[in-house]
Amino acid sequence: MNHLNTLIKRVTVFTLVILSTLFVQSHAYAASGVLRLATTTSTQNSGLLNDILPVFMKETGMTVKVIAVGTGKALKLGENGDVDVVLVHARPAEEKFIAAKHGVNRRDVMYNDFVIVGPSTDPAGIKGMQDVTQAFVAIAKSQSPFISRGDDSGTNKKEIQLWEAANIKPEGNWYRSAGQGMGKVLQMAGEMDAYTLTDRGTWLAYQASLPLQVLMQGDKRMFNPYGVMAVNPDKYPDVNYMGAMQLIAWLTSAEGQHLIRNFRINGNQLFIPEAIAN
Amino acid sequence: MYSLWDSTQQALILLASGDTALWKIVGISFSVSLRAILFTAPVALVVAFILAYVPFPGRKLVLSTFNTLLSVPVVVVGLTLYLLLSRSGPLGDLHLLFTQSAMILGQILLCFPLLVVLCHAAISAADRAAWETALTLGASLPRALVTVLYEVRFGLLAAIIAGFGRIIGEVGSSMMVGGNILNFTRNIPTAIALETSKGAFSEGIALGIVLLTLAFSLNFGLSFLQRKEATKE
Repeated sequence: MNHLNTLIKRVTVFTLVILSTLFVQSHAYAASGVLRLATTTSTQNSGLLNDILPVFMKETGMTVKVIAVGTGKALKLGENGDVDVVLVHARPAEEKFIAAKHGVNRRDVMYNDFVIVGPSTDPAGIKGMQDVTQAFVAIAKSQSPFISRGDDSGTNKKEIQLWEAANIKPEGNWYRSAGQGMGKVLQMAGEMDAYTLTDRGTWLAYQASLPLQVLMQGDKRMFNPYGVMAVNPDKYPDVNYMGAMQLIAWLTSAEGQHLIRNFRINGNQLFIPEAIAN
Repeated sequence: MYSLWDSTQQALILLASGDTALWKIVGISFSVSLRAILFTAPVALVVAFILAYVPFPGRKLVLSTFNTLLSVPVVVVGLTLYLLLSRSGPLGDLHLLFTQSAMILGQILLCFPLLVVLCHAAISAADRAAWETALTLGASLPRALVTVLYEVRFGLLAAIIAGFGRIIGEVGSSMMVGGNILNFTRNIPTAIALETSKGAFSEGIALGIVLLTLAFSLNFGLSFLQRKEATKE
């Protein structure tokens, strides 16, 4: 019996110690120092954030925790107050986010563009087309396999817009909705000789290992603007609002924009800064 | 702002309204896992029987190998299969990657060791006399085999249920080799992973409810069978 009592005491003390460390940690979390950034897989997978964020962290002494998910989820994280700042690319959804008072102080940061990649045999014959809707029509008409992200991400939203612009309701055996990230979808397209719409960043990062090539690019409708915004401190008083504003200011500063312009993958510039006209 | 309760309510409505997209996913899950278990069970039964009844050198080693295979992580099975089936892999010409067949293969690999180990345990518990009596009475080998298996039918059924439980809820291998393609290879676990990543919690919860109900009824059946087995003596 005595043994049992000691055991219970020990377990209780142990639990309390663990709980108190947790409490102290979460307290430290709220008291700035840590900034939680929800962003899209494209900024993370391309390596941009790894390239520029260390500079910001060094200058401010803050630690940025990056949560890289689809745009839909990133905005949801902001809406629920699970992060402090959001960097995504889906303007209509961003505007809704601000209008619903989930976020404040939205700024344009940069843009990159989407391209259509596919097998070099190009069964739909879209190579060299100037009009993205024409290319989508050709793919649908030839029933060539097309893999959609299908995950409500910014890229997925853009793709749906483009199908709508082409007046096509994509369905059937040739249209495969994968519900996965860009890297995975590119791999799947490579395996299945399929077309897909991808952001240039992820494409450049994966290109070397894929039997695919860029078949269509350059249409203005394929541009992809990124916006950054702080989670509304009025709604969630414990978010790191000051940290969020510091990051927004830095990303749109001459220094942040310069770093974005100079970011390269295999010598290719990926993002065009647009917060400051140069 | 979502709340657990709101999402759960919506989930129940989705289930009750017979949402076709949702039930299609449930259907794919069952069709894939049932086919996997149907392929695996007979082979595993025979292997388990041989391990229990036929003495051969290295039998202990084979058995402990199967035991070790139990702890291979699902994603490792997925990764291995992916590399084998990929177009640059040795089986690439079969074009199986991102099909239901690939998912079935993955699930077979996952439940085979478990079935062998559990069936072996069940068969070892059988009274050896049944086997010998059947043979002395002039029963053919297959006939004697059936006699022994019938003797421990509840244990074997329990093993098969446990194997089914393992594969119906696994996400790692299905996601990797199935690809989570809507209406083709999207099953309950990969759909839950996707819906959660989209922030669509209601759909996730609805599918979670189906999976939980299934798990509860399987476990209920399992403990029922085990009780039956225990009181049989």
